[in-house]
Amino acid sequence: MDTFIQQIINGLVLGSIYALVALGYTMVYGILGLINFAHGEVVMIGALTALTVIKLLANSGLPGVVVVLLGLLAAIPACMALGFTIERVAYRPLRHAPRLAPLITAIGVSIVLQQLAMIFWGRSYHAFPPILPASGRDIGGAHIMDLQIVIVLLAAAIMAGLMLLINKTRLGRAMRATAENPQIAGLMGVNINAIISATFLIGSALAAVAGVMVSANYSIAHYHMGFILGLKAFTAAVLGGIGNLPGAMLGGVLLGLIESLGAGYVGDLTGGFLGSHYQDVFAFFVLILVLVFRPSGLMGEKVSERA
Amino acid sequence: MRFPAKPLGLAVASVIFVFGCGKEAPPPPPPKAEAPAAPPPKPSVTVKIGHVAPLTGPQAHLGKDNENGARLAIEEANAKKMEIGGAVVSFELLGEDDQADPKQGTTVAQKLIDAKVNGVIGHLNSGTTIPASKLYADAGIPQISPSATNPKYTQQGFKTAYRVMANDEQQGKVLGGYAIQQLAAKNIAIVDDRTAYGQGVADEFEKAAVAGGAKIVAREFTNDKATDFAAILTKIKSKKPDLVMYGGMDAQAGPMAQQLKKLGIKAKMIFADGGCTTEFHKLAGDAAEGHYCSLPGVPLEKMPGGTAFKEKYAKRFNVDIQLYAPYSYDAANVMIDAMKRANSAEPAKYLAELPKTAFDGVTAKITFDEKGDVKDGAITLYQAKGGKWDPLETIGGAAPAQPAAMDGMAGMGGMAPMGGMSSMGGTAGMGGMSISPPPAAAAPAEKK
Repeated sequence: MDTFIQQIINGLVLGSIYALVALGYTMVYGILGLINFAHGEVVMIGALTALTVIKLLANSGLPGVVVVLLGLLAAIPACMALGFTIERVAYRPLRHAPRLAPLITAIGVSIVLQQLAMIFWGRSYHAFPPILPASGRDIGGAHIMDLQIVIVLLAAAIMAGLMLLINKTRLGRAMRATAENPQIAGLMGVNINAIISATFLIGSALAAVAGVMVSANYSIAHYHMGFILGLKAFTAAVLGGIGNLPGAMLGGVLLGLIESLGAGYVGDLTGGFLGSHYQDVFAFFVLILVLVFRPSGLMGEKVSERA
Repeated sequence: MRFPAKPLGLAVASVIFVFGCGKEAPPPPPPKAEAPAAPPPKPSVTVKIGHVAPLTGPQAHLGKDNENGARLAIEEANAKKMEIGGAVVSFELLGEDDQADPKQGTTVAQKLIDAKVNGVIGHLNSGTTIPASKLYADAGIPQISPSATNPKYTQQGFKTAYRVMANDEQQGKVLGGYAIQQLAAKNIAIVDDRTAYGQGVADEFEKAAVAGGAKIVAREFTNDKATDFAAILTKIKSKKPDLVMYGGMDAQAGPMAQQLKKLGIKAKMIFADGGCTTEFHKLAGDAAEGHYCSLPGVPLEKMPGGTAFKEKYAKRFNVDIQLYAPYSYDAANVMIDAMKRANSAEPAKYLAELPKTAFDGVTAKITFDEKGDVKDGAITLYQAKGGKWDPLETIGGAAPAQPAAMDGMAGMGGMAPMGGMSSMGGTAGMGGMSISPPPAAAAPAEKK
C-alpha cells in the first residue's frame, strides 16, 4: 500500500508539471489552431535561466526558498519575453499561410532555441544546487518531500487562477471570443494581436514555472530537456482534448499517473514479460485507446468552446 | 512524433563537421605513404584519423573528452614531424558526432570511410561501436575504441576491431564479486538503461551476483535520456534491496542517486565506468556519498603516465579530464605507433602490426589478445567520499576472465593470426569474415 501511495504521489507531481506545460500547448492551439512545438524549449529556457540565477545566489546566504523564488522571478519574465518574441517573429508573419508552414516554423524555432541553449549553457547536465530543505514526511509508509507537496499545490493554484482568468475577466472573455472566431471577435472590437500575444505570455509564464519545478524535483536541467517534456505535455493535451483547458489539466495529471503506475506495476502484472521500460508504451497505448473511442480527447468537444 | 530529432541531428552534425574541419589545410593528397625509395626532399602526406563520439546530447561532455584525448595525441605526433615511409606525416583528426545513437553511428562511420580515413578512434559507446565496426571491417579500416566495453565488439571476429579498455564481462564479474564478498549484499536491485553497454554490464553483474548467492529482487529499466526515476525507484524501495546496481552513464546515475535519497532508500548504488566520473558528483551533489563504482584500468594518479597526462591535458584544453581521455589518447598513440612500425599509414599494412603492439601508454602497457581486447585489463573499485572517487582496491591485472573468454572464441582462433592482410585481397577475406558474426555472437552464451 505504501508503494501504491508513493507511486500516486510520483504520478501527481509529474502530472502537475505535464499539466502546466500542456496548458501552454492547448491555449495556443485553441486560439491559433497551431501546435507550438517550441513550447517545450520555452520550458527548458525557463529552467536553465532560473538555474543560472539560483547558482549565482546559492552561496549568498539567502534562504534556499528565497533563492529559488528569485530564480523563478527571473525565469518568468525571460520566458514571457521569449514567448512574445517567438510569436512576433516566427508565427505572426505566417498567420494566414497554409497550416503546414507555421508547423514547420515551430519545429525550426524549437531547433534554434535548443542549439542556442546548447551554445549558451553548454552540453553538460546542470545539477540543481541542494539549497531547498530536504524535509519530508511519512504518510502511510510513503515518503513525501515537502517540495513535492508544494509543486502539486502550486500547480493546482495556478490552474485555478488561470480558469478564473479565462472565465471571469475581460481578458479571458476576449480570449474565448478570439478562440471561437478571430474575425468576428475583431469586428467586435477585440484587439486580436494583443490577445494572441497575451496567450503566448501566459503560456510562457506557466512554462517557466513548470521548468523550475522539473529541475527542482529531479534536480537536473539540460539543454535538451524540453523535447521529451514538450512531447509528453503535447500528448497530455491531446489526451484531454486539445484546445480545452480543463482537458489539458486532466490529461496532464492522468498521463503522469499512468506513467508512474505503469512503470511501477507493468512488470508485476505481466509476470515480468513487460518491464518498466514499457512505461512510455503504456502511456501512448492509453492515448490511442482514448482517441479510438473519443477522437477529440477526453474532454474535447466537436467544434465550439475551444480555449 | 519524433520528427524534430532528425533535422536537429543533421544540423548539429554538419555544424560540428564544418567546425571540426574548419582549419582544413590544402586538400590532403592521397595517403601514399609507402614507397620508401621516394627521393624528393621530404614529401609530406596527410594521414586522416577519424574520431567518433557523441558531441551532442547527454553524453556530450564525455564525447568531447574523448576527442580531446585523441586530438592531444595527434597534435603531439604532428609536433614531432614524424616520418613514415620517407615522408613527413601530418595527422589530421576528423571528429564526428554519433549522438550515442546507433543509427547515427553507422551514418558517420560511412562518412569517415567515404572520406578515406586511415584509421578510426572510437566510438565511445558500445551501442554505436558495434554496428559501426562491421562497416569499418568491410572497408578494412582499423578501429580502436577507447571506451566501448561490450564484449560483443571484439567477439564478432573482425580483424579491424581493437579496444584499449577491459570489457564489461570482466567489469561486471568484478562488480558482482565485490558486491557479494566485500559489501555482503544479499538482496540486489538492478536497473539498466537498455543500451548495449548498460544492459551488457548489468547482465554480467547479475550472473556474477546470482552465482555468488545473491537474490535479484528487482530488475528495472530506464533509458539513456531519462531524468525521472521516481517510479522505478519506488518499486525498488518496496523490495527492500541492500544494494542497487545501475548499468548506465553518469547523466542518469547522478540524478538517480539524488532521487534515491529523496525517496528515503538507504541502500547504496554500485555502477561501472559509465557513472564513475566527476560529473556524477556534480549531478548527485551530497547524495553521491557512499556509492560505489568501478573503472577499468588503474586510477589516473596511479597510471604510469597519469599525472603528467593530467597536466598536459589541462594545459592544452583548460578543462579537467572527464573520464576516457587517457584511453583515447592511448588509442590514437597505439594507432600511430603501429603506422610507424609498419612504416606505412595504409590501413592494410599497419593493421598487420597492430596485434604486435606493445605500447607504453598513459593507462598501462598496452598489448592485445587474439580478439583485439587489451590484455591484463585491471579494474579498480571506488567509493564516493567527500565529493571525490576514493580508490578502494584494484582487482585483476592478471587477466582473470581472459582464458575463459579465449576458450569461448576457439572457433575464431583460426582467423586470429592477422598476417595475411597486406594486399587488397583482404577485401575478399573480409567478405568471409562478415559471415562469422552469428557464431561469434553466440559464443558468450555458450561460455556461461
